[in-house]
Amino acid sequence: MNRPNLRLQATTTRLEGMTLPSGGTWARAARTSARERVEEMGLPVRRDEYWRFTDPQSLVVPEPLPAAPIVDDDGVAFPDVDALRLVFVDGRFDSEASDSLDLAGVSIERLADAASRDIHWAQSLFGVLEGEGQKPVARPLATMNTAFAEEGLVIHVTEAVARPVHLIYRHVDDRADAMLHHLVKVEAGASLTLLETGPAAARFNSVMEVDVAEGASLHHVRTQGRDHQRRTVTHIFARLASKADFRSFTLTFNGVLTRNEIVVTLGGEEAVAHVAGAAVGDGDFHHDDTVFVTHAAEGCESRQVFKKVVRNGAVGVFQGKILVRPGAQRTDGYQLSQALLLDEESQFLAKPELEIYADDVKCSHGSTAGAIDETALFYLRSRGVPERDAKDLLTLAFLRESLEEIADDRLASDLSKRLEGWLARRR
Amino acid sequence: MLDIKNLHVELEDGAKPILKGLDLSVGAGQVHAIMGPNGSGKSTLSYVLAGRDGYKVTEGSAHLDDIDLLALEPEERAAAGVFLAFQYPVEIPGVGNMTFLRTALNAQRKARGEEEVSAADFLKLVRQKAQSLKIDADMLKRPINVGFSGGEKKRNEILQMAVLEPRMCILDETDSGLDVDAMRLVSEGVNALRDAGRAFLVITHYQRLLDHITPDVVHIMANGRIIRTGGPELARDVEANGYADILAEAQ
Repeated sequence: MNRPNLRLQATTTRLEGMTLPSGGTWARAARTSARERVEEMGLPVRRDEYWRFTDPQSLVVPEPLPAAPIVDDDGVAFPDVDALRLVFVDGRFDSEASDSLDLAGVSIERLADAASRDIHWAQSLFGVLEGEGQKPVARPLATMNTAFAEEGLVIHVTEAVARPVHLIYRHVDDRADAMLHHLVKVEAGASLTLLETGPAAARFNSVMEVDVAEGASLHHVRTQGRDHQRRTVTHIFARLASKADFRSFTLTFNGVLTRNEIVVTLGGEEAVAHVAGAAVGDGDFHHDDTVFVTHAAEGCESRQVFKKVVRNGAVGVFQGKILVRPGAQRTDGYQLSQALLLDEESQFLAKPELEIYADDVKCSHGSTAGAIDETALFYLRSRGVPERDAKDLLTLAFLRESLEEIADDRLASDLSKRLEGWLARRR
Repeated sequence: MLDIKNLHVELEDGAKPILKGLDLSVGAGQVHAIMGPNGSGKSTLSYVLAGRDGYKVTEGSAHLDDIDLLALEPEERAAAGVFLAFQYPVEIPGVGNMTFLRTALNAQRKARGEEEVSAADFLKLVRQKAQSLKIDADMLKRPINVGFSGGEKKRNEILQMAVLEPRMCILDETDSGLDVDAMRLVSEGVNALRDAGRAFLVITHYQRLLDHITPDVVHIMANGRIIRTGGPELARDVEANGYADILAEAQ
């Protein structure tokens, strides 16, 4: 039987029109190698096991489908947080709209600048964690990003940085196709809060490689913007040294397609990683959280808390894995994925996995999908709370457990208000 | 105040009849107690009056003054003045007690065309009511009923009642699971609310609650109907002799 090779076809078609960005020696080498790796593994197709619940086609095809930017009547998230604001418009850094890159305790450069040098510390990270994250499952869209992304930020944190760095992604052109590749290296004992907000583009492919050294911490909180038709694939690759602390939370409203992959390796003893997310979708909405946490050292703690609220035929997906390597004793792993289905048309597809090769391990996982609790609803209504308000209260209550993973209360309460606004608008 | 006439109710799924022609009339300022063996339909009556899903009224009526309760949604009944203290108060993780109670009070006031209560005034009101029920104010910052003991949950029901000031209070086995001290607190809370403009329907298995909350009228319910009505002595009679004689006589 002579089946056309769909993967080869899709890969060739996509890569045909693309050229590697210019850069210095190290960047050229990393990008060339990434391009070769993509060609070898091929871009994802629907029949791939890892894409069983999410169709990658619109992320792979050469031209993005159009997405109209919406004027966000809420404004940018975290308005009250004093942060260094760095703005990207349709995936291009906008220096006019941005604050200066100077901030005590951290050096921030544009990827294009770092890549133009012949030698740069970034070469020890760029494409390296992404490359390591290709096993045991291929993530070719991230590799494509390594090869072709021109923009992004190279962030080197050397002290405890008091002000958060806030990346603001504006979407203007309804055919904007953006790729960003960020590197974040947090040196021993240093710390940073990194915020990302906004839809970025009609189609957005983002990679962030994160290296958290001994005793260092990175607190990452993002919201993905409310543009209804946008399509997004993001990858975070994080490597944690001993006693490092990494927290990442993502809030997603709408978007036709969102695939957020997080790959975390707890490589040093007593490292802690908490990854969490809340997603709310209505109608033509497909949201996929794919998480892979590897415990490679003793005494580490990981938590995954993902909550989704779907209605009017929206689809939520969760693929989450905890891998405990041989020798990773005293592992504490936790994984929770839950969906609140507000009607019978909506769906939640979940594939939670544990793979454990050590014996002194505490690992648990839970995955549920359900409707609003009728008893709780009646209790609230019997006290005079109107049905819609009662449903909103219960919906927010359902999501709250994921918001509690955000260490900073100001950030959590800002996101909670945004959720309330979203629910109120959807009535 | 509360007028129930020939009320017939069955379960929505399965058409099992539970109330079979119940008549009950509670006047303003009165406390009526309903006693009866398990399965007689006491809790169903309380749920039907509060508007819970899952029941089908096939015949009869229930009015609060001239308001047709059965035509209203649960929240509309609450705004009209109906309050049900649950036998099993529901735990709701993620919704704070205070947020919930303030939302409820203001929703009711809004429905009645009254001004909303400010956050500061509300706090003062709740603190004062909580103190008389010996409820720790810190407890109210927690999610609704989460981590509360059985007694705390029941006291929280009475607190909600005290804050919402309903006209028609229905207490469904509020005494179940209470120790002597908690029972006294709950009873004192109820007695403090007794008022010429307010009526109570107290559903209980045991006479001991009625030692604390003295009823004006006691009804015995069996097989979906009121089969005997009398004064407080009727409760003592049941406590001493059980239901057997009354049931036999009714047949």
